[in-house]
Amino acid sequence: MLLIQCPYCGPRPELEFAYGGQAHIARPLKPADLNDDEWAAFLYMRVNTKGVHAERWRHARGCNRFFNALRDTTTDHFLAVYKTGEARPALNTAGGHS
Amino acid sequence: MQRFSAFSIIRRGLTGNESWRPQWRRASPKASYDAIIVGGGGHGLGAAYYLAKEHGLTNIAVIEKGWIGGGNTGRNTTIIRSNYLFDESAALYDHSVKLWEDLSQVLNYNVMFSPRGVMMLAHNVHDIQVLKRHVHANRCNGVDNEWLSAEQAKEFCPPLNISPDIRYPVLGAALQRRGGTARHDAVAWGYARAADALGVDIIENCEVTGFQKDAHGAIEAVQTTRGLIRTKKVGVSAAGNTSVVLGLAGVSLPLESFPLQALVSEPIKPAFPCVVMSNTIHAYISQSDKGELVIGAGTDAYTSYTQRGGLHINTHTLDAICELFPMFRRMQMLRNWGGIVDVTPDRSPIIAKTPVPGLYVNCGWGTGGFKATPGSANVFAWTIARDEPHPINAPFTIERFRDGFLIDEAAAAAVAH
Repeated sequence: MLLIQCPYCGPRPELEFAYGGQAHIARPLKPADLNDDEWAAFLYMRVNTKGVHAERWRHARGCNRFFNALRDTTTDHFLAVYKTGEARPALNTAGGHS
Repeated sequence: MQRFSAFSIIRRGLTGNESWRPQWRRASPKASYDAIIVGGGGHGLGAAYYLAKEHGLTNIAVIEKGWIGGGNTGRNTTIIRSNYLFDESAALYDHSVKLWEDLSQVLNYNVMFSPRGVMMLAHNVHDIQVLKRHVHANRCNGVDNEWLSAEQAKEFCPPLNISPDIRYPVLGAALQRRGGTARHDAVAWGYARAADALGVDIIENCEVTGFQKDAHGAIEAVQTTRGLIRTKKVGVSAAGNTSVVLGLAGVSLPLESFPLQALVSEPIKPAFPCVVMSNTIHAYISQSDKGELVIGAGTDAYTSYTQRGGLHINTHTLDAICELFPMFRRMQMLRNWGGIVDVTPDRSPIIAKTPVPGLYVNCGWGTGGFKATPGSANVFAWTIARDEPHPINAPFTIERFRDGFLIDEAAAAAVAH
């Protein structure tokens, strides 16, 4: 089970969280202006990164707030957590798992 | 190819078993092939076999980054069934069940297909309605499926607890008698041996690192860790790593890769006669011929490529197993493991051409690809050989997500499967 750092509550077990999938997918401001390819990309296409993945989590059985995280999908190590609305943080390329 | 038979086993046994040769050659990549399959699991090896057998393409290779059958082919719970709701799915999965039925004879390799029956349990009114709808839809499509009362379910599977006072009581079940299990390793090995005998090169420890395209954007070569290989046709059957491989060719897919776990118990004498599945409480169980209970869980919540998941997922499944089958409560579990499954939004696969000419993909099988191995391989080979889909896989395109023609087995079953 993963130990996940909620930016509001601190480290909690994975069971308290709901996974929210890929982060930073903004709903189109004018959906009617999208063509079918753009709409399909918004709804269905996912980066499915093997490596550092920006993703949403929700502390569903805690503060119930959404936040974002960077996780390495080849190790499941969390590299950073940040609040919704904040930009994806730059990672120290020297590595090191926080 | 050395054919297997009772006679050959006795004859070679009497001479010290020293005349057996390896079942397939250890091939090295040639400079070019007519077609290359990326991914040496059951789906990829099967596609190579059918390309050689049914379409006359024998100058082909299967390239595999690890060893054949080492991915999801060797990690699944071997359940075979075709009781899917929609017409498109029923046609695809039943094509596969029909190929399973004589696969051992066709390949001259005992894949131990055992149509012992797959029983899916209903625990609430919604389950009953959904499963009965499946029964009727399946029968309209010529797929066997029948409704059982709780008592009939217990008669078919005596270890089942149908007591009304458990948390999720068994209210009935849908039974597909033609469903069952097979030996997963033997499927990979059987296809590999048969394909090799037709001239297919099986190249292990060879990972794709890129694609080379011509001036028109069509595939002309594959870059690998064992050098450049020229080819005009590439079929990718890479399961959980499909997004990564197709990403090298600039193709995006509606896929997410999740860990899916399974576990086996210590081996015991034959005690469990069929396959029982419960989508509602996430428990899938059968007994292998070796005696182990083979138990499947649901996926972990998050995407990952680690081939492992959280122990709480297995614990949750074992809670359900122990309530449904109290006689297993004191058994010990021997091993658990994970595989990485590529899941589509509608939980139906993609077997199709891609926007890149000469590049084909067979992916998105999610948590249920093993059952489809022969059928999927068969129509994928057709698609690669003729550059057009077989009527059975024609609906399973990438474009269905753009055009709105989902084959929504996700909504039909309300769970991944």
